Amino acid sequence: MTDTNMNIVSEPLHEHRSLWGDVWRQFRTHKGAVVGVAVFTFIVLVVVLGPFIHTIDPTFLDIRNKNLAPTLAHPMGTDNLGRDMLAQVMAGGQVSMLVGVTAMLLSLVLGAFIGVIAGYFKILDGVLMRLTDLFLALPILPLLLVIIMLFRDSLRSVFGPETGIFILIVFVIGITSWMQTARIVRGEVLALKEQEFIIAARSIGTRRHRIISRHILPNVLSPILVSATLGIANAIITESALSFLGLGFPSDFPTWGRLLFDGKDFMQLTPARVIWPGLAISLTVLSVNYIGDGLRDALDPRIRGR
Amino acid sequence: MKKLTTLMMAGVAASLMVSAANAGSHSKRGADGQLNIIYWQAASILNPYLSGGTKDTHASSMILEPLAKYDEKGGMVASLAEEIPTPENGGVSADLTSITWKLKKGVTWSDGSPFTAADVVFSAEYCMDPTGGCNSISNFNDVKSVEAVDDHTVKITFKVAKPFPYGPFVGATVPIIQKAQFKDCMGAKAPTCTTQNFGPIGTGPFVVTEFKSNDVVVYAANDKYREADKPAFATAIIKGGGEAAAAARSVLETGEFDYAWNLQVEPEILAQMAAKGKGTIVTSFGTSVERLMVQSTNVDPALGDKRGTVEGGPHPFLTDPAVREALSFAIDRQILVDAGYGKAGQVTCNVLPAPAVYASTANDDCKKQDVARANKVLDDAGWAKGSDGIRAKDGVRLSILFQTSTNGVRQGTQALIKQMWKAIGVETELRNISASVFFGGDQSSPDTFQKFFADIEMYTNNFDGTDPEKYMGSWTCNNIPAPSNQWIGNNMPRYCNPEYDALVAEMGKTASIEKRAALAKKMNDMLMQARAMIPLIHRGDVSAHANTIKGVRMNSWDSQLWNVADWTRAK
Amino acid sequence: MLNYTIRRLLFAIPTLLVISFIIFVILDLAPNDPTGSLPLTIPAEVRAQIREALGLGQPFHIRYVKWLEQFFINEPLNIMEHWWGAPIGDSDSRLRVTSWMSRSPVVDLIVERMPQTLWVVGLSYLVGILIALPIGVISAYKQYSWFDQIGTFVSMVGFSVPTFFTGLLLIVVFSVNLGWLPSIYDTTLKVTDFSSFMAQLRQLAMPVMVLALFNAAQLSRFMRASMLDNLNQDYVRTARAKGMSEKVVLLVHVLRNSLIPVVTVIALGVPQIFGGAIITEQIFKVNGLGQLLILGIENADIPLVQTLTFIFAILIVFFNLIADVVYGMLDPRIRYD
Repeated sequence: MTDTNMNIVSEPLHEHRSLWGDVWRQFRTHKGAVVGVAVFTFIVLVVVLGPFIHTIDPTFLDIRNKNLAPTLAHPMGTDNLGRDMLAQVMAGGQVSMLVGVTAMLLSLVLGAFIGVIAGYFKILDGVLMRLTDLFLALPILPLLLVIIMLFRDSLRSVFGPETGIFILIVFVIGITSWMQTARIVRGEVLALKEQEFIIAARSIGTRRHRIISRHILPNVLSPILVSATLGIANAIITESALSFLGLGFPSDFPTWGRLLFDGKDFMQLTPARVIWPGLAISLTVLSVNYIGDGLRDALDPRIRGR
Repeated sequence: MKKLTTLMMAGVAASLMVSAANAGSHSKRGADGQLNIIYWQAASILNPYLSGGTKDTHASSMILEPLAKYDEKGGMVASLAEEIPTPENGGVSADLTSITWKLKKGVTWSDGSPFTAADVVFSAEYCMDPTGGCNSISNFNDVKSVEAVDDHTVKITFKVAKPFPYGPFVGATVPIIQKAQFKDCMGAKAPTCTTQNFGPIGTGPFVVTEFKSNDVVVYAANDKYREADKPAFATAIIKGGGEAAAAARSVLETGEFDYAWNLQVEPEILAQMAAKGKGTIVTSFGTSVERLMVQSTNVDPALGDKRGTVEGGPHPFLTDPAVREALSFAIDRQILVDAGYGKAGQVTCNVLPAPAVYASTANDDCKKQDVARANKVLDDAGWAKGSDGIRAKDGVRLSILFQTSTNGVRQGTQALIKQMWKAIGVETELRNISASVFFGGDQSSPDTFQKFFADIEMYTNNFDGTDPEKYMGSWTCNNIPAPSNQWIGNNMPRYCNPEYDALVAEMGKTASIEKRAALAKKMNDMLMQARAMIPLIHRGDVSAHANTIKGVRMNSWDSQLWNVADWTRAK
Repeated sequence: MLNYTIRRLLFAIPTLLVISFIIFVILDLAPNDPTGSLPLTIPAEVRAQIREALGLGQPFHIRYVKWLEQFFINEPLNIMEHWWGAPIGDSDSRLRVTSWMSRSPVVDLIVERMPQTLWVVGLSYLVGILIALPIGVISAYKQYSWFDQIGTFVSMVGFSVPTFFTGLLLIVVFSVNLGWLPSIYDTTLKVTDFSSFMAQLRQLAMPVMVLALFNAAQLSRFMRASMLDNLNQDYVRTARAKGMSEKVVLLVHVLRNSLIPVVTVIALGVPQIFGGAIITEQIFKVNGLGQLLILGIENADIPLVQTLTFIFAILIVFFNLIADVVYGMLDPRIRYD
């Protein structure tokens, strides 16, 4: 046992580059992670570059060609107002992925930070955990109505209607979804801080922020990564629920969640309307999940050492 | 005011054609088993005076009855009254200040006690108590007194001459409640009477046996109902919850339910469901018009408190008649109907499309889209397209903020209109607002339809019953919402024209049906030519019933369940 | 531990008061309006009167104190009366928390809806846990086996596809095309005999399936991750070196330690059972607490939403406490004092 602990403690002595080199080498051996990166990159590329190849305007309504099955001109068919689905899926992907990743990062950073602080510093534990309770108990919809009422116009005038709403949505999803991560991380930290290697680190005079960043954080990585994967899916879906309630992006602004929601009643008529956005969300979440798996393995010194 | 004796209301005229409503099959009471109805908005209370929600009114209309109902043509049919009082039969006084209702004899409440004039008088007192928060109180406008002449005669006296005296006790929103049951529930105590509000005793074909608020109402046939062989169903339920498409599916596809209300679903989905052959879609048209309100005051946020008020100054470009005209002609209304409404919508160019006597034909040129005309009007007025394809004049761009409530069909309509306006060089930003905020009157919210802090807003409005006087009075100068009147007022476009106000005043004094019709048409045309509003679609109500249910007469003027006593199930 | 629990319980009271106040402020600030859902034919003056009759005209602090009194004094008294069957004090004039939407006591509405929510959401949570734990354990133990891959795939799809979609898909397949299961939940059904029990099972099948998939997806991910963490720990090697059977190592040593973070997740999820499942309830017309809450919010029914969210808050605080206590019991390393 002491062996491993010594290894971790002496990690900073190694050269930085070789550590990340090790991580990368380990990461590459994880097949799922490599496929995950490939798929994720593919989706990002399609979503970002696709609109330059498939140049139909996603908001263009071609009412005479509504409810089309997939054709050459419309590879994913059209919706009930004659909008091209492929163009919408690509445009929606840009927004959804951006919302998903940013909101997830925000909630992750917030959750991990609060969780670590609460777990590590006993004085703050009570207050922070009651704060967590408060956020868990807040009714999100009325809260959103209030936030939108208070801030929409000022954000709109500063950033324009779309960026303004984007900031608002990311903020709202972020601050209303960090609690679970915080609770889990705190629990792990509570257990960790009584372990020998932390006590050892403390006893040799390691500063607190170094203990947290060097010893605690790497060890709570796996619940954080799980939260991250779930967080992306959660953010994408929450966004769709928000647009459904009229609190999201303007209605002619496609996102994956909204496409899926709008398309659900057309499931029997034009199945392509739900298959593609649904698949896009699932693939994104799956690939992020595998990347997370790979990252965890790669960052775990015990596995990496094997 | 001279020929008072010759006056005649549109509704009365229709009502005299006695409805031969027998569905044919003469079944016995309770012979047809259970009737399953689905309302995707669940009933929350069964006392319509305390909740004006359509769903609640309909659910309670199976239990409670008014003195007269509106039939599917908008005519009046006596229910608890012997007949419809008119000036001809002496029921309405010659000076139009009182109406005398003769009640049916031998009617009993479902608890067996007799129905008398005292119950009618009590119902009026109950609703007119200002501390009770009664939703239908405006039906009692100008009522001076309601008195029982004898046990079966009620006289309602008005403070002014009422050309249309059928506000009180006609239609499902103003039924008669039992005095014995509600006598301790007056005024401020009204909301505390949960037992009464959840299980009113009525005279109608059904009685409540179980009520779960916002979930389900279970009824049983009223064995004291005055027509011995009705209702044909022994029990009935109204299940609530879900959404319109799901309700449609449960009648048209799975056959779990017999009747589904308000199926605002994309027409192709409805058609696909109906193709299963299990049910029939029924529509009817009332007075609902989906329209665009055109802002005529400045809504620049920089104006602060003066935003959206007359004091804030005129709108930078929407006050130009050319712009309004172009906006109207750029819209292909038929496409909007096809995409979002199907059989439940008709193209209209009037804000007052029905009843037929009031419908004007003077504005019908808008029924056809005319992009060339729209472009020409804008060109002539000096609005030139810039490099971005958006028209501008003197540094003012034609850029519109277009708001409406959150609703799938409305957002589709918004997107279509945005594209149609883009074609004539007008830029549009869309916004949708949660209906509870948009239609709510919260003073602190900037997003209410009264504040109208946008350039265009879209929603549907209509009027109860068949008389448009109150409705047409919405667009007078003193009806403009402003901070001084707590933003109360129906004149969203802030239209103000003394000539129009004069016409409204004149209508209040005019009794002859022809003259009233002519005035209403004139007002409608005046509004349309000023394009204070741009009407889009005359909206109907859509419901569906199982093919086995007979006797459904779809009604937009009253509760859709108004004749549920006549419904039967084909064997 | 007992000290800790008592301290936490005492601390919960001011916490809950603060939470109730903040919720009230938010609801009061929210721009929706109780008259917003009425037909437009009802004129604005009448709406103003209705608002007045609802008590909205009173100042904020009075409404809040009133609610506090009704919730903390009047409602408990009513419940006690109900238990004892004898009136306590002047029970008729005691004001109860009344919903604006249905004008009936909020607590009655909640009680009325509890059964269907517990049936659907509670059962699905239980099923979810029962599915998730074994899947998580096996997936981790046989990491990257086909079982793990399929488990990962299914659970990720289960989590990433929203319930409004899976629910509808099930309805189209099982109700519309096959006609096996009802698409609408009948809340008036009473289980009295075998056939009504079967009817209950049939109407539960789809909503429970949808929700259980969603819950299981999430839980199995946490379970798997936590197992993986522990499988690589030294104590596992030690245990194996001592010659313990693989079964004992896995089920006694690793499982117990891996359950620690998962218990948090499970405990944190329990209040959500009572919160209902807004979307799933809506799809299957279950009309439980979730639907009640969303209706209350849409109609700006402040007393209803306030009471529901506050009960929800009590449950959250309580279950977080339970999670912490269980934590301490499962993990002797954690010391609270």
